[in-house]
Amino acid sequence: MRSTPRQKLGWGIANVVVLVIAAVPVLWLVSLSFKDPSTLTDGSFYPKKWTFENYRGIFDQPLFTHALVNSIGIAIIATVLGVTFGAMAAYAVARLEFGGKQLLIASALLIAMFPPIALVNPMFNLWRQIGLFDTWPGLIIPYMTFSLPLAIYTLSAFFREIPWDLERAAALDGATPLQAFRSVIVPLAAPGIFTTAILVFLYCWSDFVFAISLTSTNNARTVPAAIAFFTGASQFQQPTGSIAAAAVVITIPVAIVVLLFQRRIVAGLTAGAVKG
Amino acid sequence: MAEIVLDHVTKRFPDGALAVNDVNLTIADGEFVILVGPSGCGKSTTLNMIAGLEDISDGQLRIGGEVANQKTPRDRDIGMVFQNYALYPHMSVRENMAFSLKLAKEDPAKIKERVEWAAGILDLTPHLDRKPAQLSGGQRQRVAMGRVIVRTPNAFLMDEPLSNLDAKLRVQMRTEVSRLQKRLGTTTVYVTHDQVEAMTLGDRVAVMRGGEIQQVDAPEVLYDTPTNLFVAGFIGSPAMNFLPGKASGRVLKTALGDLRLPADRSRGLDGGERDVIIGIRPEHFEDAALIGTEKRDRGATIKAKIDLLESLGSDKFAYFTVQSERATAKHLEELAADAGTGDLGSGEEGVQVTARLDAASTAAEDQELEIWVDLEKLHVFDPESGENLTLGDAAKTNGSEAKTTVQRAVPATAENAEPTDQPETE
Repeated sequence: MRSTPRQKLGWGIANVVVLVIAAVPVLWLVSLSFKDPSTLTDGSFYPKKWTFENYRGIFDQPLFTHALVNSIGIAIIATVLGVTFGAMAAYAVARLEFGGKQLLIASALLIAMFPPIALVNPMFNLWRQIGLFDTWPGLIIPYMTFSLPLAIYTLSAFFREIPWDLERAAALDGATPLQAFRSVIVPLAAPGIFTTAILVFLYCWSDFVFAISLTSTNNARTVPAAIAFFTGASQFQQPTGSIAAAAVVITIPVAIVVLLFQRRIVAGLTAGAVKG
Repeated sequence: MAEIVLDHVTKRFPDGALAVNDVNLTIADGEFVILVGPSGCGKSTTLNMIAGLEDISDGQLRIGGEVANQKTPRDRDIGMVFQNYALYPHMSVRENMAFSLKLAKEDPAKIKERVEWAAGILDLTPHLDRKPAQLSGGQRQRVAMGRVIVRTPNAFLMDEPLSNLDAKLRVQMRTEVSRLQKRLGTTTVYVTHDQVEAMTLGDRVAVMRGGEIQQVDAPEVLYDTPTNLFVAGFIGSPAMNFLPGKASGRVLKTALGDLRLPADRSRGLDGGERDVIIGIRPEHFEDAALIGTEKRDRGATIKAKIDLLESLGSDKFAYFTVQSERATAKHLEELAADAGTGDLGSGEEGVQVTARLDAASTAAEDQELEIWVDLEKLHVFDPESGENLTLGDAAKTNGSEAKTTVQRAVPATAENAEPTDQPETE
């Protein structure tokens, strides 16, 4: 169906409206981060007095720099572990018949439904007793647990899409199950794995509940939690500018990751595997 | 290359369904055997059991003399072409073909040489660096073949490899497959539901029904002396005509009139009165005007009004209706269900018979025609067991042992006097 100029115009306007609604808060944040503290509340969308002071300020604070390192480290480790275990579980769910399969799927769903906040109190006590409080593993473990259901569900959907005959072909070509998984399934499921990895990474990266409850020092505190501890230059000053700058800084890696892998996510890699 | 022996092989699925029941089949080294049958007859399951993709519930599978039941596909060293080709989409044609050799840790120079050799045979040389997505259906099919022939496996297994191609390409690839198999001389098991493919490709054809092998024979033998109604109805296009009748002694009372069987075709009839189903292939009818007197004597002539005439140039297909009940038997119902014609024609207006006449026939639609029936080619079946009574005892044995006995029962006519080219089975 070809669209008429009127339809094109209509869709164009609708797209612009959606873009504006989505982009304004982000742009506002960016604008705030460049504003001089004295002009913070001037109500202008554009900074009247540009400054990099906010950025310089946050990178001078060990509170923020440590938190950034913690955030990156914890999120990457949790993502790698979550996706690796998730891929294995998802492959089993998609391909094998085994006792307790329904139980596994159901409990994964249950975890996804479970409100994390309900776990914070018992975990706080438990972590303190077993020495995980305020450590990297102390955050990596809950992140992995809560991202596994997501990983299992998305990845098993991707694995199911891969024709089973490809594995059978690999088996007949002399591949062991592990070789078949590594050289046939994983490359084909790459878009799914990247998608899942990004989703899991975003979850770990932006979590606040666990980060604020299970940490107490720069040892393991991540950026979302650290931002809450920002203070102004004096007790009469709001740390709004610094918060905005920190928010912009932690958005950048996510934006880069999504842009980098966007093409892989969209690409239909399985084209041509079987007659289509 | 190796001999493959299926010794009382049975497959029972966990839900209790019996997919393959007590199959005995010996595929000689270098032989090309076709497993054919309607969908759900267990032919693909049998193939998967040979490949090692399905466990064998009961019985023994021997490849090259060694019991292979517990061997992984990798250790059986068998190549398989899948119906949907199952090419690795992220690898180029070259990598697809080299995959098995790479896994076997072959020397890179040898891998290159083997891949280029296979590509040369299959006309894939210009496409070696393309991805499967950039290839046409026929090319993908050839890559799937290439992936199998680069190494020299014990056997080739093919699971309906041509069914995804369009009709013209399928015929071309059929000859290609046949030529390749002859050239390489590798034991091949080929699964198809297309009886034309089965007839044209195989040294021997095994017809399967409900998980059991009905008959294993050379294509011509299968065509001329089917052991039962199912095989008779499945092999041949257009299909054999079936009519119910009553036998008393050598005389068959049917809607075509009283037909008197030649002595050597009535061995299975004990002389008493019984219900039978008679089967006549379309080409065993002929326009009576074109038949010499001497030949006319060994057949019967009937008069029929031609309902429809299709002229193909080389032949004419005449369709006429016979006032008769429809032949009913379990075998025929299964065939009709498979062909999707189970609910066609109520039978109230009689049974439609197809006759293949010589192109010189003057038959015309809505005209009466005198039609000659070759009684020496007529088959008589038992409606209950489906057994072919014209063959006598020869048909009762099943599997490969039956081959020699069945062949003796064939009248030495010109079409099947030629020796069939097939290796000896042990």
